[in-house]
Amino acid sequence: MVAIRPAQASDLSAISALDERLTGFSKPAYWQDMLAPERHFLVAEGDRGALAGFIAGEVRAWEFGQPAAGWVFAIQVDPRTRLKGVGTALFDALAARFRQAGVTRLRTLVDRKDHLILSFFRAQGMVAGPSLQLDMELP
Amino acid sequence: MKLQTATRLGLYATLELARDPDRTLSAADLAERFGVSSHHLAKVLRTLATAGLVQGGRGAAGGYRFIGNRRRTTLMDIVSLFESGPGSRIRGPGENTEIGSALQRVLTEIDEIAEATLRSVSLETMLKHPM
Repeated sequence: MVAIRPAQASDLSAISALDERLTGFSKPAYWQDMLAPERHFLVAEGDRGALAGFIAGEVRAWEFGQPAAGWVFAIQVDPRTRLKGVGTALFDALAARFRQAGVTRLRTLVDRKDHLILSFFRAQGMVAGPSLQLDMELP
Repeated sequence: MKLQTATRLGLYATLELARDPDRTLSAADLAERFGVSSHHLAKVLRTLATAGLVQGGRGAAGGYRFIGNRRRTTLMDIVSLFESGPGSRIRGPGENTEIGSALQRVLTEIDEIAEATLRSVSLETMLKHPM
């Protein structure tokens, strides 16, 4: 069974290590910032309290001209505990917090080549939103 | 996105059969449901069977049932059985010019988004959350 609870400062090293293992980038200061009170930062604890995954998000209004929505900034699940519903439990817990905060939409950005995470969000019922992300290399 | 008729029939047939993997439907049953010729559908079903998504029964009255994995099979898996992939596209006239290659970049962008969408929707997702 997996238990979901708010992340604490003592979780940061395990969160940072899991993220670095999966993405190849070390960003401890970014995860530290996610502990800010206006953010929702949740961890999933597996057997014996080990970190099975985490999710981070925030309610933002008028970002890119859009009314308030709950944004999912990041989700990671330890590959050893995948396919056991950890990601879905994290997603559901964050969605419940967003609903409590009074928003009715959930939003995220996904690398279009990352089929695993795209499929995950699709399986939760998410579809393409109203925005298109654009970017460029600065000359 | 424009899909060939065979691709659309392949998607319809796979999803219809995957809805209930214990159910067997003949090419004629499926053809009637989609309003197409059973000859056309039989060919599509043979392609799906070769890909290991459906299994056909013996004889003219034999039906088909879904034997794939609903969670692992994406819409792209089915589309790619009938459509040529973006990489295998034949170069069109004018693509070697500056304007031709700029236009090609825009078309490739569209293809990539379409492919990402089709690859991210599993049969399970499709049947659970009809969009």
